[in-house]
Amino acid sequence: MTEAFNEHFGALRDHLPGQNLSWLTALRQRGLDRFAKNGLPTPRMEAWKYTSLRPIEKVDFAAEGVPRACISIDRAPSLLPEATESHRLVFVDGHFRSDLSRLGELPEGARITTLGEQMVDDPDWLHGHLDHLEAPLVQPMLALNTAMMMNGFVLRLARGTVLPHPIEVIHLGGAGDAPLAYHPRNLVVLEEGSQATLIEHCSHLGEQPYLSNSMTEISVADGATLRHYKLQADALNAFHLATVKAEVGRDATYDSFCMTTGARLSRNEVSVRLSGQGADCHLNGAYLVRGEQHCDNTTVVDHLVPNTTCREVFKGVVDDKARAVFQGKLKVHRDAQHTNGHQLSKVLLLSDRAEINAKPELEIYADDVVCSHGATAGDLDHDALFYLRARGIPEAAARSMLIEAFLGESVDQIAAEGLCPALMASIGHWLAGSRGDY
Amino acid sequence: MAATVETVEQVRGIEKYKYGFVTDIETETAPKGLSEDIVRFISAKKNEPEWLLEWRLKAYRHWLTMPEPEWAKVQFPPIDYQDSYYYSAPKSPEDRPKSLDEVDPKLLETYEKLGIPLTEQKMLAGVAVDAVFDSVSVATTFKKNLEEVGVIFCSISEAVQNHPELVKKYLGSVVPYGDNKHACLNSAVFTDGSFVYIPKGVRCPMELSTYFRINAENTGQFERTLIIADEGSYVSYLEGCTAPMRDENQLHAAVVELITLDDAEIKYSTVQNWYPGDENGNGGIYNFVTKRGACRGRNSKISWTQVETGSAITWKYPSCILQGDNSVGEFYSIAITNNHQQADTGTKMIHLGKNTRSRIIAKGISAGQSDSTYRGLVRISAKAEGARNFTQCDSLLIGDRCGAHTVPYIESKNRNAILEHEATTSRISEDQLFYCRQRGISEEDAVALVVNGFCREVMQQLPMEFAVEAQKLVGISLEGSVG
Repeated sequence: MTEAFNEHFGALRDHLPGQNLSWLTALRQRGLDRFAKNGLPTPRMEAWKYTSLRPIEKVDFAAEGVPRACISIDRAPSLLPEATESHRLVFVDGHFRSDLSRLGELPEGARITTLGEQMVDDPDWLHGHLDHLEAPLVQPMLALNTAMMMNGFVLRLARGTVLPHPIEVIHLGGAGDAPLAYHPRNLVVLEEGSQATLIEHCSHLGEQPYLSNSMTEISVADGATLRHYKLQADALNAFHLATVKAEVGRDATYDSFCMTTGARLSRNEVSVRLSGQGADCHLNGAYLVRGEQHCDNTTVVDHLVPNTTCREVFKGVVDDKARAVFQGKLKVHRDAQHTNGHQLSKVLLLSDRAEINAKPELEIYADDVVCSHGATAGDLDHDALFYLRARGIPEAAARSMLIEAFLGESVDQIAAEGLCPALMASIGHWLAGSRGDY
Repeated sequence: MAATVETVEQVRGIEKYKYGFVTDIETETAPKGLSEDIVRFISAKKNEPEWLLEWRLKAYRHWLTMPEPEWAKVQFPPIDYQDSYYYSAPKSPEDRPKSLDEVDPKLLETYEKLGIPLTEQKMLAGVAVDAVFDSVSVATTFKKNLEEVGVIFCSISEAVQNHPELVKKYLGSVVPYGDNKHACLNSAVFTDGSFVYIPKGVRCPMELSTYFRINAENTGQFERTLIIADEGSYVSYLEGCTAPMRDENQLHAAVVELITLDDAEIKYSTVQNWYPGDENGNGGIYNFVTKRGACRGRNSKISWTQVETGSAITWKYPSCILQGDNSVGEFYSIAITNNHQQADTGTKMIHLGKNTRSRIIAKGISAGQSDSTYRGLVRISAKAEGARNFTQCDSLLIGDRCGAHTVPYIESKNRNAILEHEATTSRISEDQLFYCRQRGISEEDAVALVVNGFCREVMQQLPMEFAVEAQKLVGISLEGSVG
């Protein structure tokens, strides 16, 4: 497979954006070298202990330099209610579709573009921000993304800019007539005191399997706030590998929520560096998987300076033969006193063949801290179920109610207007699709 | 005349117990380094049967191919295996300190604090003692009592001679020789350790302890302990002692295997206080131990309790394989590290049988510039219907140069299993310290008091004999960590 990606690189070389920028070419080459050295991750690597990428190797993915003939859709599958004002970007098979996007009016100091445009408009700025965040883990997929990076979105907010409406980025896959692999690279830079809400929705159009290996770099400067919510509802034959690296400055907030219902195999890897005093991070998620799905949530939070806080809650429901993985690492560096870090992983196993592997990890080098983590796994509470059944509620409905309530608790944390109902609806949709006879 | 011969025999018998092997070995020491010849030499010295030699050699050959385990959060220079002795005769009385005056005063000070009687102090410090020694007669009485109920308690070397069928059946059945590099080395060169067999339906009338086994003062560098509790039996086994142990061998790789059959229970308690090195992290023991118990029978139980305060590096994961239905595994641990000590310890609970239960309580205390890691695995297999696990790991930090880490692995393949894990990390509470100080308790005593309260849940699991001394030990281990 490593070979195949090398071939992709060879084939795409002339089509990748930013050909004229020598620093970018060098950056791509470094990524390619790093990837070639490590190859695809294997379960022998500690960070990939529970997730094997073998299924990917069984599909013969192609790479595509230029977008195929336009597929037209009536309406982009937005998560927000019709009337909500938002800035919308749509990507189909990794390529930006301006015809489906609707940027709307932006306040002064705000810029939403694509990586390709940014390479033309302001390459120097890009040079100063791309690939500048440190990675705590060995990340071969990130190296591959760096080598092959394609058009993603770029969000820039100047000092003090507040975006009143959310930005919605919709990724649609599977539209082509052959299995495709693509590597979107996104960049979010919020300068001092700015605020934005970013909503990502991953969905699918056609029948073809696809592999999306995305990378999002986020920097939230002093006093800025980014709310970043994502629903990954990719096709059940798709592969979704997403890496997010965020750096959070003094008194800044990064609020993240990721819900997973789609993809044959998915990995959502988020690493956050809290590098300014008073930095705050919420890292939440929910997942519902069934069939033979494999869902991996891996997070690393680095508390680098004193007085930072982090709250992390991941809740999941695993049915059939699906497997879920939660790896959460909370690292308090030397001298990062007064850190407040809490992490929780809760999982419901609904079938006899469902599986959960959890590794909540604390690594602490400062003494004046309050850190905790918790992890639970098990079936629905039999007492609660009995309570509902005793009141004449059929078992299937009672189970659905309990699951909805279980996940609803974490969805309620989301601060974006209009998004919660859409997420609850997708939970309801998932529950309706289950066999109901557990 | 006949009586004289008998006396001579008896005296010889005592001598033999004292050192664990026949006296004429004293003159021989195997050369430095490790090779097949050394393995053969050890086996020959122990007069071992052919199958055991073969097993040792298999282990040795496998060991050569194994990489060093590097996943633990400990750092140390690579070990030069060729620079150690793997078989040395016990020290002859002439080499030992002649009296307590020749012993390191610091060591004596600690004995004093622990309240150890003078004769025991001498034994622990390795002072040459008279042929007639209190504990010898005590131990002989113990042995007699045990024999009456049919309990076999002897050194593993003796067991190989006297009960080869039991040893052959169970040795390596819980920790196979290829399990990990350190266990593999132990399998090749183990020289001593205990063997316990509790027959069906017997409740061992006393707590067994290496301390009371006569050759205890010569516990080896590569100990191998095997405890088998037959159906319906019970035994409580104590390993180590609270007194600090000096040893010039830096590398210790012990293996402990426990087996419980139907309705049997083993309670295994350890207090480990090997030399931790000096304040600057020079010297100290590398304690690489593989401990594992198999609950083979229905309703069987294995309980591990450990207080780890010594060693420069501790690498130890007492585990339970819960094979029998309704079997129970427990792990209670206190790990205290100070100065430059490193401890990477925890447990594995492998649930295979139905309705198996496990409970993990781990308390880590780090002070000075030390690092302490809890590393544990709870695995529920698909067949472990109704399995239950509860895990609690708490870490306490004293000072801002130390580290405390928690690395749990939780794997469940059964929806009817319930797993709970929680961990917290915090510093020693200023308020609590202030409260104690206000009442005239010195700062060091106050820290000891608070830490003892923090570990109470585990302390309660220790047998009485250990508990009192262990409490004092907590205070002593943390000396110099405040102020």
